[in-house]
Amino acid sequence: MYEQVRQQMLDPAGLGRTEIDQALNRLLARGIDFGELYFQRRVREGWMLEDGSVKNGSWDVDQGVGVRAIAGTGTGFAYADSLALPALLDAADSARAISQRSGDGRVQTVKLTDYPHRYKGVDPTADGASGQRVELLRTIDAYARSLDPRVSQVTVSLSASHDQIVIAATDGTLAGDQRPLVRLDIRVLMEEGDRREQGFSGGGGRYGFDELVEPEVWQTYAREAVRQAAINLGAEAAPAGFMTVVLGAGWPGVLLHEAVGHGLEGDFNRKGISAFSGRMGEQVATDACTVVDDGTLDHRRGSLSIDDEGTPTRCTTLIENGRLVGFMQDKLNARLMGVEPTGNGRRESFAHLPMPRMTNTYMLPGQHDPGEIIASVDDGIYAVNFNGGQVDITSGKFVFAASEAYRIKNGKLGAAIKGATLIGNGPDVLTRVGMVGNDLKLDTGVGVCGKEGQSVPVGVGQPTLRVDGLTVGGTS
Amino acid sequence: MSAVGALARGGISDLLANPDREAELLSGIARRALDRAAARGADQAEVSVSSSLNREAGVRLGEVEVLEEARDRGVRVTVYCGGCSGSASTGDLRPEVIEQTVDRALAIARHTQRDPAAGLAEAELMAGDLPDLDLWHPVDVDMDELIARAREIEQAGRATDARINNSEGASVSAEAALSVYANSHGFEGCNRGTRYSQSCILIAADEAGMQRDYDWDSRRRFDQLAAPVVTGEEAARRTLRRLGARRVPTGKVPVLFVPEVSRGLIGHLVAAVSGGQLYRRASYLLDAVGTRVLPEWASLIESPRRPGGPASSGFDADGVATRESALVADGQLLRYVLSTYSARRLGLITTANAGGVRNLRFSGGRHSYDELVREMGRGLIVTELMGQGINLVTGDYSRGASGFWVENGRIAWPVEEITVAGHLRDMLGQLRAAGTDHDERHSIQVPSLLVDEMMVAGQSD
Repeated sequence: MYEQVRQQMLDPAGLGRTEIDQALNRLLARGIDFGELYFQRRVREGWMLEDGSVKNGSWDVDQGVGVRAIAGTGTGFAYADSLALPALLDAADSARAISQRSGDGRVQTVKLTDYPHRYKGVDPTADGASGQRVELLRTIDAYARSLDPRVSQVTVSLSASHDQIVIAATDGTLAGDQRPLVRLDIRVLMEEGDRREQGFSGGGGRYGFDELVEPEVWQTYAREAVRQAAINLGAEAAPAGFMTVVLGAGWPGVLLHEAVGHGLEGDFNRKGISAFSGRMGEQVATDACTVVDDGTLDHRRGSLSIDDEGTPTRCTTLIENGRLVGFMQDKLNARLMGVEPTGNGRRESFAHLPMPRMTNTYMLPGQHDPGEIIASVDDGIYAVNFNGGQVDITSGKFVFAASEAYRIKNGKLGAAIKGATLIGNGPDVLTRVGMVGNDLKLDTGVGVCGKEGQSVPVGVGQPTLRVDGLTVGGTS
Repeated sequence: MSAVGALARGGISDLLANPDREAELLSGIARRALDRAAARGADQAEVSVSSSLNREAGVRLGEVEVLEEARDRGVRVTVYCGGCSGSASTGDLRPEVIEQTVDRALAIARHTQRDPAAGLAEAELMAGDLPDLDLWHPVDVDMDELIARAREIEQAGRATDARINNSEGASVSAEAALSVYANSHGFEGCNRGTRYSQSCILIAADEAGMQRDYDWDSRRRFDQLAAPVVTGEEAARRTLRRLGARRVPTGKVPVLFVPEVSRGLIGHLVAAVSGGQLYRRASYLLDAVGTRVLPEWASLIESPRRPGGPASSGFDADGVATRESALVADGQLLRYVLSTYSARRLGLITTANAGGVRNLRFSGGRHSYDELVREMGRGLIVTELMGQGINLVTGDYSRGASGFWVENGRIAWPVEEITVAGHLRDMLGQLRAAGTDHDERHSIQVPSLLVDEMMVAGQSD
């Protein structure tokens, strides 16, 4: 992988081992603990259809080098949107200013990192099939409209990116990666009388377009978007108050991402500002709960072969049978906390600093049949689809917004209810998990996680869960 | 601090000393791209070129945590050929790459379908006069000064109270940005602006747990930033007042939105009357011009050319001349928020809002914040909202919230882990009162708003 990226990205810019060594030595000359160069070239392509025709297309290229230098807990950071040597050396001069000491650090001889590849080296932006993509969007539009005469608007977008990176650091790291990512989004608007409702579905992953153009894939998404809109057209007002909530399998795993995931990132815990700080080894969930962050799943949207610091990803157990056992780490926070990096150092681009981030976060399956879980609830709601969520790391309060949900009365599913926000307390919510289903599912590949202004693709998943008490923000 | 001196010699000084030269450079790039597009057969084309410099220092617990020096440049080209459009961008401004980018945009236009609404705004709508809007106030603040100021802010906050026992740090930044928009009508406009920002995030703890809150400021002029001690102490005050927060019983009560969150409510109204939502029929306010969307005493006035304003510009993202204009007068919606494209889709004329509203201000409020709290009597003050529970298609609103419970017209205790829900049409249409305490830091400036009634969900009893 490294050799390919080197040939395509570094060779044309005249950057070889000599120049990389020169920049690393320049960075370390003033006694920095750690210095790193992150070279990146990202090509993005996007197409959008509305009103039955493809009206927009875009093509975006970004490239540059991010240089950081760490001294103690301090980081100096600079970047250049050129891969030429003078720009690289200028950035190195700026970044190393974090250290005011003079000294002579030692750059370890860089050695190529060996790691398993989690996706193929395909470049979906270079397949020369733009015409086919436009055709596909039109076919999807026609199919979605054919599903239900109440469909009045269809918006379909298809996007791809191809990311090439090389990481070289003073700790001897030298690694390269090529990351494909494709995504299809289908949104429909349905009208009946005075009511209008939307439905959304989509998916993707780290592969080429060939997977998305399969009719069974996009037809499933289109049917799902239409089904959701139809259900919402008939939805009644959601209840308000504290009640039992059954969460469906798959994308509702956004619960885990918000309620516990962010709070278990190394930076917040190193600083002691997470609601989970100082609770390692404690029981933070019922015995039935085991939660992992796994960057190694093949072709998943949240997966990476190596993280953005060159550390191979792994499957990190965060909560094991209810006990807090692990945090997600990047190099900086791992070093300061005296632990190993876990392959969770991620950055949006060369123009952003890496930090501990999730990859694919999910709960392992339990014993119960999903039907049995619903049957166990006297009065509550069953929420199967969500828009997204947010968390206050320090107080632990988190929200996630249901977009498809139903009443449960006397163990039976009732009427569909309108979307509502659910709110809870992260360190507490998993201690209320009464039943865990045997139906683990991962999401279809649409997750975007935001932290400190940086967005990265992620995955979530879970089996059906019964939470014995969450606040539901309806109106009735 | 010789090392920090090295930073100060970097690009920021160049741009600050020579903005005209940088503007000339961007202008040259834009002209080259337009020439290329014309030579390759585009009927019309438009180009935006931007260049910005940012210097930022972050301090945590008194130690320097991050020093960042950033220079960003980028160009985006859109071409129109026979009613089809294509767009491409790059961060690499070398001439050959600009030409490749134009060619890419043209290649995309060969695949997209004809769209009668696509294309530049009519030539006669282009901004003619471009007054100086007083947005450029460069001062070469060096990294040492930023570090010292961040330290002072955080120190002032941490010294306030022993319960402030941790910090996420303070940061101070200086940014200078230039952008050029040009199109094949021959229009070319340049905006340049400076922005200085500071923020502080503090943590407080008591036996009930930890709380975190922050304060910030952002100004065009460095000398107009709040004093460091003000930002630090306000961050501490906000954090401390959250300690001991709890839930409230579920029920319907009036809700007072402070300016930090009331801005969002007006933002949803603006989004619901924006062209993109309307032509997709994805708004609860279709055909709402001429109807009442706010109480009769309330208006929303847009002043895009206000000197020194947070979003001031003489032209919108289509090059169309901006002008002062009411969006809502005496509660009635007077117009939509339209770009050239969305206006054509709706059979209307652009309102020069490509890129959004610029400096929109809510007027008609008469009360001080304390009067509003007294007027509410018993209810909820919301100071922070969480999550994405806004449905613009239906107007349904349901979000996580924190703030304060009010009894007998006085703040009784801090509140968290609750939701507030209602319908945007009712929430805004039946506002009971508004304040005069606008948040001047934003493009949409709104005072505290007292919403007549919402469903608050908390405890079961």
